[in-house]
Amino acid sequence: MPNLKDLRVRIASVKATQKITSAMKMVAAAKLRRAQEQAEAARPYAERMERMLGSLAAASAGQAGAPALLAGSGRADVHLLVVGTADRGLCGGFNSNIVRNSRQLIRSLVGDGKTVKILCVGRKGRDALRREYGDMIIDTIEGVTKPRPTFDKSESIAERITRMFEDGEFDVCTLIYAEFRSAITQIVTRQQLIPFAPVAVDEEVAEAGGGQKASYEYEPSEEEILEALLPRNLAVQIYKGILENNASEQGSRMTAMDSATRNAGDMINNLTLIYNRTRQAVITRELIEIISAKEAL
Amino acid sequence: MAEGKVEFELVSPEKLLLSEPVEMVVVPGEEGDFGVLHQHAPFISAVRPGVIKVHNGGKVTEQIFVSGGFAEVTPARCTVLAERAVAVADIDRGAAEQQLRDAREDLADEKDEHDRDQAERQVAVAEAMMAAAIG
Repeated sequence: MPNLKDLRVRIASVKATQKITSAMKMVAAAKLRRAQEQAEAARPYAERMERMLGSLAAASAGQAGAPALLAGSGRADVHLLVVGTADRGLCGGFNSNIVRNSRQLIRSLVGDGKTVKILCVGRKGRDALRREYGDMIIDTIEGVTKPRPTFDKSESIAERITRMFEDGEFDVCTLIYAEFRSAITQIVTRQQLIPFAPVAVDEEVAEAGGGQKASYEYEPSEEEILEALLPRNLAVQIYKGILENNASEQGSRMTAMDSATRNAGDMINNLTLIYNRTRQAVITRELIEIISAKEAL
Repeated sequence: MAEGKVEFELVSPEKLLLSEPVEMVVVPGEEGDFGVLHQHAPFISAVRPGVIKVHNGGKVTEQIFVSGGFAEVTPARCTVLAERAVAVADIDRGAAEQQLRDAREDLADEKDEHDRDQAERQVAVAEAMMAAAIG
């Protein structure tokens, strides 16, 4: 039979845990609102940038002398994976989903005989990948969301990636992050950054151009614009990835902490029931003892 | 969309700043200012630091300073992707002057060619901002 004192201690401890998880849930909810706003505010820019670049890329596709960021280095031997995760845990399956997806990608790339390099944005990704693929991790960038994600930070990451590309350290760059749909659903997304992979040119663009996509005029020149636009696009896409990730992290943490709070509540109810039953049983037993002792006299 | 108007959008990485149909918008292009009316030919241009002027009813209704970026023009739309945008009325003269001084100092200090280019850009942005503030 469970000891009454042990039960009391246990209930108190679960209650304390519940307090922490419900506080974390509240904090995550507040952060989520801000992160979501920021992510949604940044979407138009990234979308329009992609659209503009898409039509530019379509126009200059296959032409000789296209910038390397667009055309690639002509090889696909060395892959750079930019794995975006959170710096902190306790956010449900958020980090492990991204890491699992990255692992699959790494395994298939290594299986194809490619060299893989990993750039971790977020500490949790590094922690999870270090054991298996420690020698592939070239660096970890932490604290991108502290105190809040800014465009400048993304720009410096993009600059670094561009410089590495120019030095010929990799051929293909892929960004892995979780796209935020709602607090319950986040979708792990792989986005190829280098060479630039144009999204399907949407109907609107073709329509607006009177059916001729490549009818734009360029000022100063097509090449100059592309050269300026491509590194900028890289920064924008990374910025978008970080914002989406941030919103996903908070959403995931909120849901996780919500269910943790609910589980703790269930557990408290259960334990309280056992506690009361035990207490009654003890009283009954004492009564029986007293009565039978009296009868024996 | 109203007839004869062009859908003007101004976006910065942080947010969508402006999205409305206007009669005409004048954008400071890399090779000279250009005005966009309804049915403008498709056109993509780099934007230099300067002031975007929105015209409605024959008058300038809004003036926004941008620190560079890109503009995409289609017959129905004009989209400006700005690096940073501030309404001219909100520019702080003192802060702009300070920025210009800092930028010039940085330029004098930079040795590396890459950093120099960047510092020169900063000076150009600050100068354009001052010019916009003075009007």
